[in-house]
Amino acid sequence: MSEPSESAGIDLHARQVAKFRLQDKFFHYSTQLFALVVLASLLGILVSLAIEAWPSLKAFGPDFLWTNVWSVPDDEYGALAAIYGTVVTSVLALLIGVPISFGIALFLTETCPLWLRRPLGTAIELLAGIPSIVYGIWGLFVFAPLFAEYFQPPLQNLLGEVPVIGSWFSGPPIGIGILTASLVLSMMIIPFIASVMRDVFETVPHVLKESAYGIGCTTWEVVRNIVLPYTRVGVIGGIMLGLGRALGETMAVTFVIGNANRIIPSLFAPGTSIASTLANEFGEADPGLHIASLFALGLVLFVITFIVLAISRWLISRSMGSEGL
Amino acid sequence: MSDQATTSSQEAALLVRNLNFFYGDFKGLNNINMDIARNKVTAFIGPSGCGKSTLLRTFNRMYDLYPGQRAEGEILFNGKNLLDKRQDVNLVRAKIGMVFQKPTPFPMTIYENIAFGVRLYDRLSKSAMDDRVEWALKKAALWGEVKDKLQQNGLSLSGGQQQRLCIARAVAVKPDVVLLDEPTSALDPISTAKIEELIYELKNEYTIAIVTHNMQQAARISDFTAFMYLGELIEMGDTDQLFLKPKIKQTEDYITGRFG
Repeated sequence: MSEPSESAGIDLHARQVAKFRLQDKFFHYSTQLFALVVLASLLGILVSLAIEAWPSLKAFGPDFLWTNVWSVPDDEYGALAAIYGTVVTSVLALLIGVPISFGIALFLTETCPLWLRRPLGTAIELLAGIPSIVYGIWGLFVFAPLFAEYFQPPLQNLLGEVPVIGSWFSGPPIGIGILTASLVLSMMIIPFIASVMRDVFETVPHVLKESAYGIGCTTWEVVRNIVLPYTRVGVIGGIMLGLGRALGETMAVTFVIGNANRIIPSLFAPGTSIASTLANEFGEADPGLHIASLFALGLVLFVITFIVLAISRWLISRSMGSEGL
Repeated sequence: MSDQATTSSQEAALLVRNLNFFYGDFKGLNNINMDIARNKVTAFIGPSGCGKSTLLRTFNRMYDLYPGQRAEGEILFNGKNLLDKRQDVNLVRAKIGMVFQKPTPFPMTIYENIAFGVRLYDRLSKSAMDDRVEWALKKAALWGEVKDKLQQNGLSLSGGQQQRLCIARAVAVKPDVVLLDEPTSALDPISTAKIEELIYELKNEYTIAIVTHNMQQAARISDFTAFMYLGELIEMGDTDQLFLKPKIKQTEDYITGRFG
């Protein structure tokens, strides 16, 4: 081979490499851009919420958070009733939904006959696809009357006299209210939590489960001591996904919670949540303190969701630390 | 029968009679008859897919976990057929321990890895449990390496140590039989040597059945060897005799490397 053609070959190679390097750089920066857009829009939403809410924050200060007043005629606003409704319905929905989801996931992964696994799993995922407005309509027109007629009176008879918790079940059984909203919410978050749990349960290696069965564990002992610890991070993640959804759920809750802007310490009583207050009042809110207070409510919901996320991160990292890893 | 094991003089821990095994429609084991001698090491050799792991997994009914798998025939253990549906499968598994190909420490501390299994069937005081954990770890020749880090996660150990932890875990519940399914195939030679030594020690107190791909390993550690091929037991006998003077042509072909 002659000298010139060889050096030309090297030259060509170097140019190729330079071109690839450029492409790599382009790719790197463009993906970075996409990731930054997420951060920027998060920040943008936060800032614009804060700006719009500013008149209300200035007028009421931190008292906004714990004032139990929501009066449009007096132009006085406080978030406590909405925060109370949001937190109570979401926590109740989790208390009801998590054990049921756990049971569903357990059944699907450990004890379900093979032929039933796929249809049942699909049916649960389809539940997640039902639009929330449909849950709302069904909740208001079908579930609430049935609940008022067949569930609330017996529940009241059973628990109404019990000290402390008795008052939770006091009041007229009208169907709609905090408890109904919690039940409908739990129904809506079960498919999410159950399918996340099922997916993470399936990641447990067969041989690990066999080892536990191999020393004489029952299915429950295997799940309790092997599957749950192994999938803890995913399970917490699934629960938090459900909680996040419950906190922000709007239409279904608006239909069945009763939309009463006050706190009545009974689960049968109507209440309100942040999201349903926003949905109800935004359309007819006058510019000024009313609309600013609605924005402030939005900001509060944003912060609550953020805190929930932070707590779940903390739970995960703490439980990993305690394992001695 | 030419393949009948020569264990009549010894007591057998497991008696396998007319055992057939099915994966759905596929027959994985065909009319297996053998005796597993008490306090001896019995090795199962044969090419991949010959049914040796399948056979081992019938001894503790591990196949029960999978729909579509079933066994017919008898495996007598303490005079009872453990394939019988009425036989409590969890009790069987507590008495017949198993160690797998890959180390499978549970997601918990080293101490808990051992104590967990013991707690299922024994209520021990804290100090008795400490003693049991120490005893099992000593049996598995792991105590010296882990005694200062019992509260660390089992996953923090090396592969060889993890496997010995699994053996300790199996031994801790005081089983009668220990099943080893290719216990060294994922380990380096030094760890392998340690495990082989351990198996040699353990046979004084336990009946051991081991599946191995490594014929030298079978020759080194076992008292009896069973050669299997295509779901059938071809020949079983004294390890020295089987490797030096196999009675059947197929066995000879396999151990001399002519097929498999």
